[in-house]
Amino acid sequence: MQTLDLQEIGLRQVNETLHAQADNTNQTAWEIVNPKGAHAIACGLNAPIEVSVMGSTGYYCAGMNQQATVNIKGSAGPGTGENIMSGKIVIDGDASQYLGATGHGGMIVVKGNASSRCGISMKGVNIVVQGNIGHMSAFMGQSGNLVVCGDAGDALGDSCYEARFFVRGSVKSLGADCVKKEMRPEHLELLQKLLDEAGIDADPQEFTRYGSARNLYNFDVDNAAAY
Amino acid sequence: MNKHDPNGIPHTTPRMSATFTPDINSDIRRAAATGIYDIRGGGAKRKVPSFDDLLFMGASISRYPLEGYREKCETSVTIGGLHAKNPIELDIPITIAGMSFGALSGPAKEALGRGASAAGTSTTTGDGGMTPEERGHSTKLVYQYLPSRYGMNPNDLRKADAIEIVVGQGAKPGGGGMLLGQKISDRVAEMRNLPKGIDQRSACRHPDWTGPDDLEIKILELREITGWKVPIYVKVAGARPYYDTTLAIKAGADAVVLDGMQGGTAATQDVFIEHVGQPTLAIVRPAVQALQDLGMHRKVQLILSGGIRSGADVAKAMALGADAVAIGTAALIALGDNDPKWEDEYQKLGTTAGAYDDWHEGLDPAGITTQDPDLMARFDPVEGGRRLRNYLKVMTLEAQTIARACGKNHLHNLEPEDLVALTMEAAAMARVPLAGTDWYPGKPGTTY
Repeated sequence: MQTLDLQEIGLRQVNETLHAQADNTNQTAWEIVNPKGAHAIACGLNAPIEVSVMGSTGYYCAGMNQQATVNIKGSAGPGTGENIMSGKIVIDGDASQYLGATGHGGMIVVKGNASSRCGISMKGVNIVVQGNIGHMSAFMGQSGNLVVCGDAGDALGDSCYEARFFVRGSVKSLGADCVKKEMRPEHLELLQKLLDEAGIDADPQEFTRYGSARNLYNFDVDNAAAY
Repeated sequence: MNKHDPNGIPHTTPRMSATFTPDINSDIRRAAATGIYDIRGGGAKRKVPSFDDLLFMGASISRYPLEGYREKCETSVTIGGLHAKNPIELDIPITIAGMSFGALSGPAKEALGRGASAAGTSTTTGDGGMTPEERGHSTKLVYQYLPSRYGMNPNDLRKADAIEIVVGQGAKPGGGGMLLGQKISDRVAEMRNLPKGIDQRSACRHPDWTGPDDLEIKILELREITGWKVPIYVKVAGARPYYDTTLAIKAGADAVVLDGMQGGTAATQDVFIEHVGQPTLAIVRPAVQALQDLGMHRKVQLILSGGIRSGADVAKAMALGADAVAIGTAALIALGDNDPKWEDEYQKLGTTAGAYDDWHEGLDPAGITTQDPDLMARFDPVEGGRRLRNYLKVMTLEAQTIARACGKNHLHNLEPEDLVALTMEAAAMARVPLAGTDWYPGKPGTTY
């Protein structure tokens, strides 16, 4: 285990050290101590390494992540894991707004709650939240899966495309063009796989699936009020 | 006697309304028939105060000119030296503006790269990500970071020579975009992670930041991901240029790209293009003022765009304080867009060469704003690149001609004192004297 003290060496040195790890590095375990809510910690990683941030983080921790696993041993600030391409981010506490925004792949797990706009414009990322999520989550979600073991706030999946949403608790309201959908066997199977991957024990049968009604896919003046 | 009136009462001649013009009436009829607003490409077509309303005075007894062909007039510009380890060095201060693959064909993007590289300048990606054609043929490529994040990929980000965070564009300040389903080919759909054939909406706000404080953190993240190597530009529409420039500098931008309302778009509502934003002439001085007030003029570069067409426009932009300009629509025309040789086909589309702006429909006879394989095949990227190179060279020569005549050995040495305005409006906007006077509206020390 390699330890980097962020307060001692600074953000640039921390990220530069992690960016220097190649695909075949044998230094795969890293620990960042004293994060103290700094922004952009461990962003832009692109190696099969595991990084544990020992505390809470500011904006954009693990942004654009590729291959790496980033464990946040605290709560995470806005835009954590934005545009994640692959790899995994696990947040022990709560996540602020824009979690996993525009994420193209990989997985983000939140053991607490996630705030508003969770998974906004998601493009392939899988997000599993053990608690609740805030309003306008998965706005314009294009693809990927958002799993919520608690409740969802207002306007879930507004203007979504092909992203899927699985919610165990209540949904305060659905956004434009987002509807409740049938949970078919393939969805139960997919959800079980996502929960297993996230390490969360929950029964897929208790979830409801939501997704796009596909009524706004091509402009129609009769839907003008929804745009 | 009026032969049509049996009683011999004189009639007034038929009089067209200045309010309900044939153009307006056709807009009303189209809206009534379709129930949808008009979407088109290009920038504002209305007449607005422009660089055409400014003139250079040239040299005289008090100022002496440089000898053309003998005395040098430099044109190079460095962008991004303030924070980036590797600033962009351009031979000429005319860059190619961001235009998306999706809106443009792959070969058209290739031609932009070829032409810009041959002329010693940069080109820019657009909404839809970076294509190999464009990266491969562009020696300097600016990667646009847009609200939609279509095709956004950190591998491409790291391949870029600069990053341009797009907050707005002149054709539609405060607006997003819409690429209609007919242009969504398999390749475009794949790059944007969306099904083929559906309308693709581009958000108007970034999904993971709002406001200048967040922008500062976003810039930090992008710098950390790219190792503080490449410059980061912030592109804003000509909405509130003084404040937007101030806030972009405060957030840590290396360069500000400022786009006036004549700047083009691939597809936006006509009402938006024509009625939101400010003319390019009106936005440059407030932006330069912001740079000067912060002591950042020539340290943070100002790249001006929106209806730049000629070396005269380039020279006027420089004289008002810009460090470089960007061209979009003009570059497409150089490639062959709206060429009269396709007139028969423009007629079939209900338009005429020079007026064709339905770029979003994907039927471009010139094969530039399309994803149709047959139409794309009409466009030769090598020839297109050569034409763009020629055009860029001519613009540069023209700007140098003017600068030499004003006695300047670098385009950046042009200054507002070299200019006069032909109209009161232009004088007020450019803050240069009305021709024949030493006054402009709002001049400090005057009360009117």
